[in-house]
This record gives sequence, structure tokens and C-alpha cells, in this order.
Amino acid sequence: MLSSELVIAIAIGYVGLLFLIAYVSDRLTRSGKAAFLHSPFVYTLAISVYCTSWTFYGAVGSAARNGLEYLAIYLGPTIVFIGWWFILRRLVRISHNQRITSIADLLSSRFGKSSRLAVLITIIAVIGIAPYIALQLKAVTSSIHAISRVGSGSIGGIDEVSLALAVAAGMALFTILFGTRNVDAKEQHLGVVAAIAFEAIVKLAALVATGIFVIYVGGGLEAIFSRAEAAGVDIYSIGTFDDRWVAMNVLSAAAILCLPRQFQITVVENSNENHLRTASWAFPGYLLLVSLFTLPIALFGLTSMPAGTNPDMFVLTLPLAAGHEGLALFSFIGGFSSATSMIIVESIALSIMVSNHIVMPLVLRFTQGRGTVRGQGVSQLLLNSRRFSIAVILGLGFLYFYLTRDSNALAPIGLISFCGVAQFLPSILAALFWREATLKAATAAVAVGFVVWAWSSFMPSFAGSSTLVAGIMAQGPWGLTWLRPEALFGLTGIDPLVNVVFWSLFLNTLTLVVVSLLTSPSALERVQAGLFIDLFRPSTSGSPSVIRGSATAHDLFFVAERVLGSTRATALFADIPPDPPPQFIDRLERELAGSVGAASAHVMLSKVVSGDAISIEEVFKMAGETRQAIEYSQELERTSEELRSTAAQLENANLKLRELDGQKDEFLSQVSHEVRTPMASIRSFSEILLEDDLSEGQRHRFVSTIHQESLRLTKLLDEILDLSTLERGERPWENVSVDAEAALERAIDVCAPLAKRRNMQIVVGPRAGRATIEGDADRLCQVLINLLYNAIKYNDAPEPMVQARSRCSRGRYVIEIADNGPGIAKADRKLIFEKFSRGQSGVPTPAGAGLGLAISRQLVERMNGKLELVPSPDRGACFRVTLPLLSR
Amino acid sequence: MAVDVLIAEDEPSILESLDFILRRAGWSIAAVTDGDAVIGMLRKTPPKVLVLDVMLPKRSGFDILKQIRADDMLHDLPVLILTAKGQAKDRRTAEELGADGFITKPYANAEVLDEVRRLIGAAQSG
Repeated sequence: MLSSELVIAIAIGYVGLLFLIAYVSDRLTRSGKAAFLHSPFVYTLAISVYCTSWTFYGAVGSAARNGLEYLAIYLGPTIVFIGWWFILRRLVRISHNQRITSIADLLSSRFGKSSRLAVLITIIAVIGIAPYIALQLKAVTSSIHAISRVGSGSIGGIDEVSLALAVAAGMALFTILFGTRNVDAKEQHLGVVAAIAFEAIVKLAALVATGIFVIYVGGGLEAIFSRAEAAGVDIYSIGTFDDRWVAMNVLSAAAILCLPRQFQITVVENSNENHLRTASWAFPGYLLLVSLFTLPIALFGLTSMPAGTNPDMFVLTLPLAAGHEGLALFSFIGGFSSATSMIIVESIALSIMVSNHIVMPLVLRFTQGRGTVRGQGVSQLLLNSRRFSIAVILGLGFLYFYLTRDSNALAPIGLISFCGVAQFLPSILAALFWREATLKAATAAVAVGFVVWAWSSFMPSFAGSSTLVAGIMAQGPWGLTWLRPEALFGLTGIDPLVNVVFWSLFLNTLTLVVVSLLTSPSALERVQAGLFIDLFRPSTSGSPSVIRGSATAHDLFFVAERVLGSTRATALFADIPPDPPPQFIDRLERELAGSVGAASAHVMLSKVVSGDAISIEEVFKMAGETRQAIEYSQELERTSEELRSTAAQLENANLKLRELDGQKDEFLSQVSHEVRTPMASIRSFSEILLEDDLSEGQRHRFVSTIHQESLRLTKLLDEILDLSTLERGERPWENVSVDAEAALERAIDVCAPLAKRRNMQIVVGPRAGRATIEGDADRLCQVLINLLYNAIKYNDAPEPMVQARSRCSRGRYVIEIADNGPGIAKADRKLIFEKFSRGQSGVPTPAGAGLGLAISRQLVERMNGKLELVPSPDRGACFRVTLPLLSR
Repeated sequence: MAVDVLIAEDEPSILESLDFILRRAGWSIAAVTDGDAVIGMLRKTPPKVLVLDVMLPKRSGFDILKQIRADDMLHDLPVLILTAKGQAKDRRTAEELGADGFITKPYANAEVLDEVRRLIGAAQSG
């Protein structure tokens, strides 16, 4: 056993470390060196604030008591995150657009910026979360008890309640120091997020370490399972996956969306929508890791610990029982991490709601407008109200803990809170997807759901401390048995959790639908509904101005300065004329909403802007204008679509021109290269010849090389001129009747001597006999000579052979020149007709600049024919000339 | 068997002129006519200087130069680039890849001799 002083000192030290992390992160952010804090993985780790001490300690307890049931707590969030595209993406986008600060702000904003709805949501959230905070306090105090000997040493005599009170007070102080330094909820908590991400790593590491330890001590997974089976533990039963399991899945899926701390981290602290993409697989992955060791720990605990040991504390007591105090301490820090991260984020999120939606509106109401707004710094007021809210929230948590201190298990307390916040779910879904949902319906639905929850889930948890509650539980109020909390409306024989989940969500949704159908939305609701539901339609991305009227920049500045602080207000008002345009008022409203919520921002500006007593008619007129504006902008969009396409065409044409230009450059550079090569030999040999000490033989050889290279140059220049004429589409000859077979004959005759020199023969294959085409006899002959030359020159076969054959078919005359040489590499087949192209894999070209085939193709095309490389049956290349026969 | 100069050049008449002037200056010469053969030849008969054409069949001279500079054994070898690609950007490419000399075709014989002499001297003093 560890001494309690040590444990508490370590816990305090750990809190100090968190503080340091938050402080350093804030400093780094301010100096722009904290890019890694904006990583999607830090974001994902922060989302795992979902895993509280309920997960850390309670999941093992739940697994020990109810088998695989605990998995439902992870399955719901996993499904929501994998389906991020449907709901989370919308939430994040809307909240960015509208500068939403909390879940109350979201619903209030959608339903006509209603402050009444915001207050209702806030109150429900604060009450609903109290059990959850109590759960953390309970987990921390139980864990301190489990790991150390409370009741001995210098903190001797301290009981569980006082310890919980001390923990609550410490947490309140810590959260106040931690989370309320700044006002704008959008800029606030990078440091906190960093600390939460760090805690996510610590708790995962602690749980995994304990899990591995247990598997090691228990002699492996198999041994643990078989021992549990032998001891009669019901590891897997199909009964686990019953209606209660379904209800838990529904609750956990709802909770990951509706818990104020999850909304805070997932939506409000989100700096980049794309981070959701990463979180969609990384967060389920984290949950998987966290749940991996739950069952082995639970089973090993059940079989190795004395009967009656609290299974919620197995994570601590198992290492302690084995004498591993260090691991137990690490485990304790992990559990402490889970509790502190939940309390910090939850109370920050709730305090923002309380101060924005309850304190601010009250202040506004009792100060009769700007006179007092001007007199007192709103931002200071906000900070103080947040600090006060944090204290109240933790106080409520402690109160709940105190009243229900006799209950033993952790998991049921968590489910109470889950069910409480799940009452927001129908309204959230309606806010995102159902245009007809109205403020009255949402308010009524949430209220009905809350009442059912309070009656059937919240109240029963006090049965242990209140005989009145115990009586109601047993007989119903005033003897009305159909109102018994755990068997509402006579529905008996089902699990109490299923009972409350079913009735609360059913009545909640029913109310929402029925009241929506019976009432009609106000103009402002219509406008806001459009913003929420047509979120991804480009024409409505801007928020239409709702506050109308005029105000002086001077008056507006006073409001802005009080809320945003003087630096930001001054920046915002730079270049604003004395009578600001409505768009500016609109923008200011959104800025203010980022600090105080949509409803309060609306009220504050309404007080300053004269003529803002918006009549219904005026709002309708405005909504009409908005519609017109939307139609107009759609019109504009069509026009600009056309412009875009024209611009794209121009761009395309420009690209082609530039490409042509580039080709010209390329051509010149290649010509230069081709000219320089023979010039190099000519110059070098000339210089050698200028010196005298050469033999006659050498002199003769060098002079003939010079002669050859100058012929090559001339030929090159001729070819270039030829090609440029042909490429301009000109035909330097008249097409006349030509005896094509005679031209082929002549070409074979010209090439025969070269073939002979290379010890090869030109095989004359099947011939057409007679063929008349329209063209130029000399040019056709030139093409065929070129093809034959290539076939001879590049042929390196042991028994080299070239075949020339011709035929007439379907009004066409076809000549094929085939060889058994190396053939044309696949990669070169397309390029072979380009200028200056030589087969890369071919032997070095003895002469010729690689213009021959390009010219030949042009020549054949000018005779209305085609020159192509056709697949050859065996090795070698086969070129085919096809020309239309001249019909008589 | 080491040689003084290895010439990598595919144009027969240019190769002949280079061979003639360098031999006459008293150096021993080896030659290859395609890009794939250069590295193998460098290992087999290491020269004091490599005269390297850029537009070689199968493998460009720049590519070969890059490999030489990255090679443990060869990275110090002086390389003289000899090319018909005379544009400024080609010279820049050669410099960036670590060529020791750059001569464009057509060249003056004396220029080639001076450069080879300089590079052989550098190789011996270094």
C-alpha cells in the first residue's frame, strides 16, 4: 500500500504538469510555432475525452457484472464517427459558418435565435451532466481509497465525502485557472486541447500497461479465459445483446453528439473540417485499443481476487495484489487523467453555455440597454460569470455525489447522464435535416423528454437517500401505479434503462413532429432553417442580414469594445464609415455571436440599432428580398459558369499556342544540334589539316570525311526546307497519274547496290502487277527508297533480309516494306514519325538527322495516302504505304 | 590497364578526330559509343579523364554524370562534357551535376587539348 500523502502529492504534481503543457502550448501558439497542435491526431486524441474514468474503471466493472454489455458504449460513437459525412460534417460546417459556441447555441440559433430555448438547453445540460461529474469525483475518491490507506497517516480520519469535496474544489480551481483566461470561445482553448490530448495518451498507456500486466500474470489470454469458464463466469451470453444493449447503443451514439464536452471538442475546437476525415477512423481505433483489455482484466479479477472486491477498481487492485505498486500508481494516474480531462472540458463547455445563455441575457434585461453595457466591461463580466459557473457546476456534481453516495457501481451513473443529454438528439437532427421543425416544437420536445428522464432516470437514483423517492418508486405518486418511474404507463417487465430510453425519446420525438406540424415557423426561424439545411448549397452560404436599421459606428463600437476587447474591436472597425452598412452590422453580429452566442448577440445589437423593432411584415419583406437575392445570385452563378467555360477555352487555346511555341523552340534546338554535329567534325579535321605533319593517307582520309560531313549538312538543310514546306500544307508538285508499281521497281533498283554491299538481298514478294495512283512519281520513289534504306541500314540479323510486296484491294494500293531486323521498340512506335526521332534502342545512326520518316509521311499524305508502322508477324519492322487507286 | 582518357561519343567522325588529336598529344585513349557501356568501361579501365557526350544512344551523358558523382569509387573522376547542345541551360545543368569542364561542338582542337591537360593535371596534383 502506498501512503495517501504520496498519492495526493503525485496527483497534484500531475495537475501541475498539465498546467505546464497548456501554458507552453499557448505560448507556442502565440509565437506561431505550434503547427503540430493543429494536427488531426491531436484533435482525435482530444475527442477521446469521451473515455472518462467511467471507461477507465467502470468498463471493467461493467464487464465483470454484465459481460460484453460494455461494448455498446464504444459501438455507438464508432458508428457516428464512421458516418461522419452525414451528421458531424454538417455540424462542423454550420458551427464554423455561424460561429456556434455550444450545443445550446446551435439549437437556439437554428430555431430563430431563441434565448428561451438556449436557457432550457443549458439548464437541462447542467442538471443532466451533474451525475456524470459526480461519477468522476466518485472514481477519483474510490481510486485514492483503493490505492492508499486513507484513514491513516497525516491525512488520517479523512472520509470519502470530505475527500470528494476537496477533489471537487481542486478541480474547480484548476479549471478556472485553466479555461477562463480569454473570452472568445473560438480562440480560447488550444492549450487545453493540448493537455487533453496528452491525457488521452496517458490514460491509454496506463490501461494498455495494466492489460499486458494482467495477461502476463494470468499466464496468457487462454489461461485467463479457461480459468474464468471453470469458475462459472458467464463470459459470453446471447442474452447480453437484448433490448437493453440496443438502448445502450442508441444512448452512446446520441451522447457522442449531444454531450457538451464532445460538442466542444469535436465541433467548436475543430480548426479544420478535414480533421474529421482522420478522426473518423482514428477515434474508433482509439476506442478499440481502450476496450481491448477490458475483458481479460475483468475475468482475471473475478477469478483471482477475494469475493466482494469492487470490480470497478480491478485496474488498481490487481497490480497492488501482485505487489506492483509502481504500475498501480501509473494506473491511478491514468484514471486520474480520464477524470480530470472530462471535468475540465465538460465544465468549460457548460460554463460557456451558462454565461452566454443565462447570465448575459439577465444582465442585458436588467440594465435597460446600452447605458450599462457601456459602463461595465462585458468581457470581464463574461469571464467572471464563467468562473462562477464552473464552481456551480462542480458544486452540483458534488451534491449529486453526496446524495447518491451509497450506490456502488460507476456505469449506471454514466448512463443517467447519457440519457439526459440524448434528449437533445431529436431536435439536433431536425435542426439539420427538417425545414418544417419549429421553435415551439423543439422547446416542447426537449422539455417533455427532460421531464420523462427526470422522473424515470434521474429521480430514481435518489431512492437510496430519500424514503419519499423510494415510495414513489414502489407504488407510484399518489398510488398511481402507471406512473411508477421504472414502469411508465404500465409497461412492466422490461429493463428500467430500456423503459426510460424508450419513453423519453419516443415522447420527445412525437412532440417534436406533432407540434411542428401544428405550428408555423417565424420569419427568423425560416431564414435560419435555410442556413442550416441548405448548408452545402453555394447560393445560401452567406448569412442574410436580419438586423435592419441604422446605427452609428460610434454606438456599435461601444458594444463591440465591451465584448471583444479594445484591440479586436479597433481592428474590426478600421475603415468603417460613421454610418456602417447593414452588411457590417451583420458581420458584427456574427463576431459577437462567437463570444456571447447567437441569441445574446442579437439582443445586444437590437438595443443599439435604431429602428430594429422588426415588425413581422418587415421580416417577411426581408425574407422575400432574401429569396430574390438568392435567385439573383443563382442567375449570376449561371452567367459566371458561362464565363468560366469561355475562360477555360481561352486558357486552352493559350496552352496550345504555348505548346506550339515550345515545339518551335524544341525544333530549333534540335536543328542546331543536328547542324553542330557534322560541323564539329568539319572544324576539327580542318584544324588538323592546317598543320603539316600528316601522311598523304591521313590527309586524304580527313578530307573525304570533311566532304561527307558537308554533304550530310546539305542534305539536312534540304530536308528541313522540304519538311517545312510540307508542314505548311503546301504541295510542291501537281498530283498526276503515276504508275506506282514502276516507282517501286525503281526504288528497289536504287537500293540494290547498298543491300549487296551488306550481303543481303531485297526479296520481292507478291506484287500487285499494275496500279495507277494519283501523285508524284519521284516523291513516291523517294519515300520507298527511304523505307528500304532504313530496313537495310539498321538490319543486324545474321541473315539479313528485306521484303517488298504490294497488292490492290478495295480501291486501294498497298505497299509493304518488311525486314527481319531489330524492329521498333514498343515505346518508340508512336514517336518514330516525329521530327529528329531515331529509335532509342536502335544502333547509332550512321547518317541522317531522323527527318526521313517525318518527311515520308508528309509526302504520302500529300498524295492522299497513309504511311504507318504495322505489326509484323515475325521479328523486324513492317512499314505500309496505302494510296487510293485512281479509278478509270 | 589504365588509360589517360576515355571518350564516350557516338558520332564516328567526331570520335575519330578526338582520338587523333589526343593520341598525337601523347595520351592513351579508350572509347565507347553508347551510354550503357560507359560505367562498365570506367570500372574496367579507369581513365584519368572522361570526355562525355550528352546525346548518347541508350543513356544520356547527364544521367551517366549523375551516377558517377553518386558512386563511391568514381565520384572524384574529372569529367569533360562535350556536347552539341549549346544552350545556357545545358551548361547550367552540367555545372549543377558537377561537370569539371564544358565544351560545345563544334570545338577548337586546342580548346579540347587545354581542358584535358588541365583536368589530367588536376587529377594528378589532387
